[in-house]
Amino acid sequence: MRKNVGRKIGIFLLLKGLRMLTLLVAICFISFLLVKNSPIDPIQAYIGADMLKVGPEQREKIAEYWGVDQPVMVQFLNWGSALLAGDLGTSMIFRRPVADVIGERFINSLVLMLTAWVLSGVIGFVMGVVSAMKKDTWIDRIIKWYCYTLASTPTFWMGLLMLIVFAVWLGWFPIGLGVPVGVLAEDVTIANRIEHLILPAVTLSIIGVANVALHTRQKLVEVLASDYVLFARARGERGFTLFWRHGLRNVALPAITLQFAAFSELFGGAVLAEQVFSYPGLGQATVEAGLRGDVPLLLGLVIFSTFFVFAGNLIADLIYYVVDPRTRESRML
Amino acid sequence: MIPSLKVRNKEESRFFLNRRQRKFITSILSAILLVTVVVVGVLLDEERIATNLITRNLAPSLDHPFGTDWLGRDMFARTIMGLSLSVGVGLIGAIGSTSIALILGMAAATMGKVADRLISWLIDLFLSVPHLVTLILIAFTFGGGFKGIVIGLMLTHWPSLARVIRAEVMQIRSAEYVQISRQMGKSKWWIAVHHILPHLTPQILIGFMLMFPHVILHESAVTFIGLGLSPHEPAIGIILSESMKYLSAGMWWLAFFPGLCLLLIVQAFDRIGENFRLLMDPTKSND
Repeated sequence: MRKNVGRKIGIFLLLKGLRMLTLLVAICFISFLLVKNSPIDPIQAYIGADMLKVGPEQREKIAEYWGVDQPVMVQFLNWGSALLAGDLGTSMIFRRPVADVIGERFINSLVLMLTAWVLSGVIGFVMGVVSAMKKDTWIDRIIKWYCYTLASTPTFWMGLLMLIVFAVWLGWFPIGLGVPVGVLAEDVTIANRIEHLILPAVTLSIIGVANVALHTRQKLVEVLASDYVLFARARGERGFTLFWRHGLRNVALPAITLQFAAFSELFGGAVLAEQVFSYPGLGQATVEAGLRGDVPLLLGLVIFSTFFVFAGNLIADLIYYVVDPRTRESRML
Repeated sequence: MIPSLKVRNKEESRFFLNRRQRKFITSILSAILLVTVVVVGVLLDEERIATNLITRNLAPSLDHPFGTDWLGRDMFARTIMGLSLSVGVGLIGAIGSTSIALILGMAAATMGKVADRLISWLIDLFLSVPHLVTLILIAFTFGGGFKGIVIGLMLTHWPSLARVIRAEVMQIRSAEYVQISRQMGKSKWWIAVHHILPHLTPQILIGFMLMFPHVILHESAVTFIGLGLSPHEPAIGIILSESMKYLSAGMWWLAFFPGLCLLLIVQAFDRIGENFRLLMDPTKSND
């Protein structure tokens, strides 16, 4: 039986992987075409301020060197084959390989997103549970109102408010950046990094709470209306014991899955939060690449974020598949 | 038991309105708020936000409820104009997105298995890149500006609504009255117009209303980043990104009020959409 399950998960993963592959190829192709049709001239973007010093002959040389003068399909195949070999090209802004830039930025972003992800997940879950257990009381109303308001709050505005209150007025936290200004890279301590991390992470968590909380509340209200909870209540169980024995397992799984499936929104939120706090992460790199026409970096980031979102969705599916036997059964039918 | 229940009911309906009527009234109030903002924003002339260096950097007061910025422009007028611009852009984006969702959802449900596969693959494709990254990519393709952002908004918000429409059409298509209609020799077109479309209308309207807030938020986010509307427009995103430079000088009103107004507008739309859904769905309208 166990072997059987293992094989099924293998097939499941294989199918998902194939689907991912087709999507990824299509995304590469589409984003390549999009970027190619941009009015921003890559050579112009590369030259930038040195415009007067570069003559037409030199421009032609650059175009030839990069292969910009070749047909689109040839360019795409060149780029695609380089991509398969693991070469994402060189970033124009940073003058370094794109893979290096993404790797370094990703570690910064990962810390930020992970903190926000865990915080918003746990707080949101607790809020949802409290709200459902105390349905129709004032605390439930407050939580619901909070969630609905937060769902329509612009992330970057929230970030600005945090900056105004905690950085400008109270002066508890630095105004931005990932590390202190004027300190050598070797001298940056972990405490410094954490200090710079708190505000963006809190901003993201405050916004991210709403979804999980509302979802958990909905599920738990359903569970509490079921017959087995009615029976448990009739036996005299109530409060936390009731939730622990009958509620937790039923609502934890959807909440975890939802958190994993929300990777896409998390990434979007991180882009905005990093922009507000000038935090040197992937999101800020995306914005810079878009603003300054750094095509290789932009393409690399699109592909990377796709992987990121896909990983989240895959984990969500997998958890459901492995933990909840009902989904397996329905697949067999 | 019953008398006590009655007492509670009376207490709840202090204004002699049931929940349905209250929902209706809040929807109308929200709609009035929205229309007022848009109309005032369009009617306000450019003079209100003209540069006036004498009244620079003023904190909020009765003359300037939202304060003034470093060029002496009245922030209240700028905010209202920005909101009306946001609503306009959001309207175009949401209409475009809803149309795409409608066409693809219908096509997926009615044009056979291959079309269905293709369209659900397309939906997955658009859902597999973060919205904001797609928006940045598309805005970059069109070199930023109005066109880029509107096309980006149209192309990124349809997938979830398309899924809903597809499921709905599938359900209606297999209903008995549609089968009978087909047996009686009605053409596909006739069935689509007379059976499927009337059922879809509320779904589309609700989907449209609920999509609107997302569209507006994404618009202001992309504009805030700097890839959206041009800096000359009084958009909320522009106002907020400009305010960032002056935050450390303690000019909190530059960021606080415009953002708050955006939040209120988004919530008004959300409220209308939610109420719409509850009012239109007979099984839910009474709880």
